[in-house]
Amino acid sequence: MEDLIDEFIAETREMLEALGGEIVAWESAPNDRARLDEIFRFVHTVKGNCGFFDLPRLEALSHAAEDVLADVRAGKRRADNRLVSAVLAIIDRIGELVQSLESGEAVASEDDGALIDALGDAVFEPAPDQPVHSGPAPDARKSLRSIRLSVDLLDRMMSGVSDMVLARNELARRLREAPGDVAVEAAFERVSACIAEMREGITRTRMQRIDNLFISLPRVVRDLAAELGKQVALEVDGGDVELDREMIEMIRDPLTHIVRNAVDHGIETAEDRAKAGKPPAGALRIRASQSGNQILIEIADDGRGIDGDRLVRKALDGGLLTPDQADHLTAAQRSALIFEAGLSTAREVTAISGRGVGMDVVRANIERIGGVVDIDSKPGQGVRLTLRVPLTLTIIPALTVSVGGRNYAIPRSAIEEIVRSSNGSVRVESLGGSQVASIRDKRIPLACLGAILGVEPRVEAAERTMIVLRPAGGETYALGVDLVHDHEELVVKPAAPSVMATGLYAGTTLADDGSPILLLDPSGLAAAAGLLLDQNEIEKRAAAARPADQARAEIPALLFRTADGVKRLIRLAVVERIEDVPAGAVKMSAGRLRVVVGDRILPLAGLSELPAGPVRILRLSDGHKELAYGFDEVIDLVSLGPDIQPATEAGEVEGVTMIGGDQVEIIDSHWLFGAHARFDPSQTAKPVCALPAGDPWMENILRPMIESAGYTVVTGVGEGEHVDLLIASAEAEPVADTKAPILKIRSRPDPDGAKDDSIYRYDRAGLLSALARRMT
Amino acid sequence: MKGLLLIITLGGERVAISADEVESVVEIEGLTPVPRAAGHVAGLSALRSRVLTVIDCLASLGLGVSSIDGPRDAIVVEADGHPYALLVDGVEDVIEFAGDIRPVRTSLGHGWRRVARGMVEAEGDLLLLIDSHALLGGAAAQAA
Repeated sequence: MEDLIDEFIAETREMLEALGGEIVAWESAPNDRARLDEIFRFVHTVKGNCGFFDLPRLEALSHAAEDVLADVRAGKRRADNRLVSAVLAIIDRIGELVQSLESGEAVASEDDGALIDALGDAVFEPAPDQPVHSGPAPDARKSLRSIRLSVDLLDRMMSGVSDMVLARNELARRLREAPGDVAVEAAFERVSACIAEMREGITRTRMQRIDNLFISLPRVVRDLAAELGKQVALEVDGGDVELDREMIEMIRDPLTHIVRNAVDHGIETAEDRAKAGKPPAGALRIRASQSGNQILIEIADDGRGIDGDRLVRKALDGGLLTPDQADHLTAAQRSALIFEAGLSTAREVTAISGRGVGMDVVRANIERIGGVVDIDSKPGQGVRLTLRVPLTLTIIPALTVSVGGRNYAIPRSAIEEIVRSSNGSVRVESLGGSQVASIRDKRIPLACLGAILGVEPRVEAAERTMIVLRPAGGETYALGVDLVHDHEELVVKPAAPSVMATGLYAGTTLADDGSPILLLDPSGLAAAAGLLLDQNEIEKRAAAARPADQARAEIPALLFRTADGVKRLIRLAVVERIEDVPAGAVKMSAGRLRVVVGDRILPLAGLSELPAGPVRILRLSDGHKELAYGFDEVIDLVSLGPDIQPATEAGEVEGVTMIGGDQVEIIDSHWLFGAHARFDPSQTAKPVCALPAGDPWMENILRPMIESAGYTVVTGVGEGEHVDLLIASAEAEPVADTKAPILKIRSRPDPDGAKDDSIYRYDRAGLLSALARRMT
Repeated sequence: MKGLLLIITLGGERVAISADEVESVVEIEGLTPVPRAAGHVAGLSALRSRVLTVIDCLASLGLGVSSIDGPRDAIVVEADGHPYALLVDGVEDVIEFAGDIRPVRTSLGHGWRRVARGMVEAEGDLLLLIDSHALLGGAAAQAA
């Protein structure tokens, strides 16, 4: 019996969740027979089950709702607002009762009579003439091959697998320390692969469609809009995106809050909208999509937008900003002030969104799970909030660093760049007690992790590594650490309250060796370090502190290792990007190495033969032409000083300079482009050569030669089209009047008299020189 | 009250904890410190795939700071879904208890008063019954 009750509760809850959206949709289209049937089926099922279980209250409620809905189905009553609200109230009460069955707690209200009476109160009027049009016959409940599992069990399996991964890691370490039998290692590899597969499988079982999160929103929006007397059209998209169920629970409250906020503060009343020339119903669009290992949830409304000035005034009043800082805020920064604690733009705090939970809490909650909130507000046109959250709560990519001999992890999503202090392109200056790092052209505040944590660093200041961090919604800053270790996928767990109370950590995790590591919170660190300077402020202070003595230009350059293992430099300005390409993309074709990148073929320099494995390439561009340069690895970004010894003869190397005590050759970009990118097929400004239409010899035999001579070939030229050269058969009718020069080709070897300026079709040298001559 | 009691030594005293609160007894070594955390947070330790927040009970009672150089006995408890390890001087025994929890009549030290649930008489000795969850908050929770 107990099992049956549990089953009943679970089934009813599932149906209730699925129904939330249906009811609202039904209200907007009361004649929709399919929806009505769905709701009717729900109350009918509940009624049937209650009779079986002897649950009189549930039975009375569902019975009453069933009667009314049956009347609507029969066309005796019309589904108006009041009726829908009454049915909704009944369904809510059913939900509460089911909840209380499960938890054993009593429902606050004992009186169901009023709810049932409300059904009758609805104006009893016959339906309009046309009967409810019947949709397709309700299809039988789709049967799915699935079983119900308790979430606890899944969690236990997940933690078991995590244990297994840790045990495997430890075993791997032992095996590395004492290399033994090849057979043992092969067996270990197999176990390893099995564990990885299992972990992936179990991670997938924890995935839920984001629909579970969205399903309650239509109801939230409807109730709130009705309460505020606004009209809101909600559009939800991307419900099939999957997300870790724990993640869904973590996003539920922030998302609901954002939606309530949008309806309450964003979308205007119908009158205000009419004044602003907008349609009376506000549009609220929620869209989920997956991008890499992140989920994007976009909430966009077309309301009045965020009043940036009001926020700034409030921030000034509250002492969160100095007037000087306020002057330098960009529009985006003004909007982002909404995330500051204690700044709510609502003119008066309403019962709906002003219950002490502000956008600051929303942001904190999203950041706690390794996510980011972006805001984009256009005054008068609406607000778009984008939540970016990792796919699962449990595994996030992170960088491990150390200070004072202890390891810490930093979420990779916040990291912009990693730079070495010893690198010539970084300078650290002291400005009134605070430190500022100049990295290439940017000046950003610098904080030392050791100082924030109160730990003695073990590495000299000059040797430290800086991690450029951009916490969500905050300003970029650099964090000085002793050492950077590794990129790792870490299984992150929330930390105990006494640890979170420091405000510095986002959670705890276990390293490969099984020891705990703290995950740092980039925003918390910035706050603890007192980094409140904004970018403009730093620039100004820096300019004031230092006279304009920066005449010496420093040219940023990339230090890399070539495929032959030699260190070389290339000026950063010509490097477009770095890409990895598979070995198959490189071919020796048409006399040289070429590589396919995306949909283009680029000449490939830097390699002397076909590579055996994947190749890393620098994509170089001189602004017009592109070429690829194969290499081994990036070593560093450095500044080229003025001291460059020129090479003795022209070639791939323009000269040599000193980097860290070593002689390093600098690549001559001019020579490189001159030597490799002369016949770049992607160049667009090629002269056009027209062939007469319908001449197979020209089309098949002549055309490739003309193309290799650098022309774009078209056939059959129309009136007024631009052509640089026209090819014509000497035997054919003279071509129509055109301004382009004409190259006549004859099929006989000998010219037809002295005046014949045509060329014999197999006079290759003659044709090529004629083509070259006319190429301007 | 009827049930099992765990007898531990803490700050030189024998005290009792309801065994229901205790998940396991473990030996802890090699803590990962948590910089800037309150004094009673001794650090983090791993128990299988779980990260335990290790509480220095002496600091929590306001009786000083434990030395955490060598391996230490700890009892594992869970609160609000977070596992904690409470560092204790030693774990003596588990005893069956059936009797009343009597109010504390003597005047206790400041730290003890915060965590005491009452007195129990077990195997002829009078022991202080303490609330393990109260130890988690640390001395600051009292002041606040």
